[in-house]
Amino acid sequence: MQTTNNVALLSEKQFDEQGSRQRCLQMRRRILEVSQMVPALHIGGSFSCLEMVESIYSHCLRKVSGNFHDTFIISKGHGCLAQYVNLEHYGILPKSALDLFCKPDGVLGTHPDLGIPGVEASTGALGHGLGIGMGMANADKILGADRNVYVVISDGELQEGSIWENILLAPALKLNRLVVLADLNDFQSLARMSETHPNFYPLIDKIKAFGWECKEVNGHNAKSIFDAIANRSGEAPFFVACKTVKGKGVAFMENQPIWHFRSPNIQEYERALQELVEVYE
Amino acid sequence: MRNVFAETFYDLSKLSSQMCLLCADISPAGSMMKFRHEYPNRFINVGVAECSMIGLAAGMALRGMKPYVYTIATFSLYRPFEFVRNDICFQNLPVTIVGVGAGVAYSHLGATHNAQEDVALTCSMPNMTVIAPCDPLEVVAATQYSAQSTSPLYLRLGKAGEPTITQNAPDPWIFGKVRFIREGTDFCLLTYGPITSRVLHVAEELEKLGKRTAVVSVHTLKPLDKDGIARILHKFEKVFVVEEAAPIGGLASQVKSLAWDIRAQCVLKTFTLDDAYHARYGSYDDQLAAHGLDKSSLVKGMTCA
Repeated sequence: MQTTNNVALLSEKQFDEQGSRQRCLQMRRRILEVSQMVPALHIGGSFSCLEMVESIYSHCLRKVSGNFHDTFIISKGHGCLAQYVNLEHYGILPKSALDLFCKPDGVLGTHPDLGIPGVEASTGALGHGLGIGMGMANADKILGADRNVYVVISDGELQEGSIWENILLAPALKLNRLVVLADLNDFQSLARMSETHPNFYPLIDKIKAFGWECKEVNGHNAKSIFDAIANRSGEAPFFVACKTVKGKGVAFMENQPIWHFRSPNIQEYERALQELVEVYE
Repeated sequence: MRNVFAETFYDLSKLSSQMCLLCADISPAGSMMKFRHEYPNRFINVGVAECSMIGLAAGMALRGMKPYVYTIATFSLYRPFEFVRNDICFQNLPVTIVGVGAGVAYSHLGATHNAQEDVALTCSMPNMTVIAPCDPLEVVAATQYSAQSTSPLYLRLGKAGEPTITQNAPDPWIFGKVRFIREGTDFCLLTYGPITSRVLHVAEELEKLGKRTAVVSVHTLKPLDKDGIARILHKFEKVFVVEEAAPIGGLASQVKSLAWDIRAQCVLKTFTLDDAYHARYGSYDDQLAAHGLDKSSLVKGMTCA
């Protein structure tokens, strides 16, 4: 079985915790650097999913001839900086690309577009990336392609009806190479999800009831995320419920809705850099 | 039309393992069941989940497949509209969106199942091609064209039982070109889709009144054959557009706009569905009459123009 072999392959890997932590520090710094070029970007949601995205790029995606062979889609497209800093780190995007963030001469902006190196689907409107990822996984099944599809969604996105259409459909199509990671930072743009939609929790029971294999992890512990993925059975689509903190890493940004989209001013930027050093030391 | 589409799709799918069909819990016509039986992997019923249908089609196209999505036009286009826009058109993917029962074809199902706005919507979408065949023979040609198209395509179909009317047409079906299906020298009627068979009856009526009337199938609505239409506007004394779609954003308004641009001197009058939802049930002809598109209303409107 291709699936079982692939899962086994991952579970034999050793997770480099120290390296992952260092990369996440550097990537948060880089995102802060980029924040100084634009008046608005989605820093809070990028920080909340950074360990999720980093663990996928560093340990889950297989490379063939220098390119990633498996597919990664950030369905919560506003968190694309978390993907861009990874693509930059692995040399898929040149440094100049992020240096031209949101500039007319550049290609990168606040949502990912198909055609950008390393971006496999245009997202930005919530509730789209999962369906596209499922179509890819279904085509892979039909064509006999050996690929895994990883999709990052958000808890706000889980309010979209299209997500639930797809949660219901994926096990029926036996898309067992599909891994969905949910960034559960409990914040939408305006308010806490637990306040606007109190019946959203417990989430994992709902997903399980739809026929998925599920695992709940600390979304800022990259090794836990990897371990969950590596130890899945491969007999159903896999859902990793990642408990996260919006704005993670910079205390004054954490759990504050304003940092959904605001860029820090120069004083806040310097303070944020200092806080990162303290957190990581 | 839907049966001929299914038959043509089935024939084409035997030649290409990339072709697949996603439907949203509609019972596909005739030959589609043969396709489903022979290629179960390439027939995907997503259930009553139209956004899933479009999203999955986009993902499959991104993997090199050639997906068709198939259901009633209101459900293949309106319900998942943002998915058609973002997933298919923005990413410029070779997905064919089949809309069955366009216009007021589903006359017994009422306004919720009538697609009046689909032409305006799809013509306004970047990267989209829009084709609306007028009879089963044009469905064959359009479906064959769709199979080799490399970009988004909206294929606007009627339902079942439409008569074959183009077997003796003076012009062949060529993608992107208007097509004379009846010759004439005085009046010219521009139309498309299932209503074309009724428009031919209007032309016969006008002929009896001494007006030699041509009928043109504008089967490709986007890209529109502006040169072909301009020639018609310059050549004929009176030009009429008969359109089973909304009065804003379809063929009628585009032809009027073009007539202004080229300073056309002909009389130009358009007949479309009303800018209204007529909450009524009845036959196809009853529905057309409610919108003023029955034969006598059209003949009267044209003779007094």
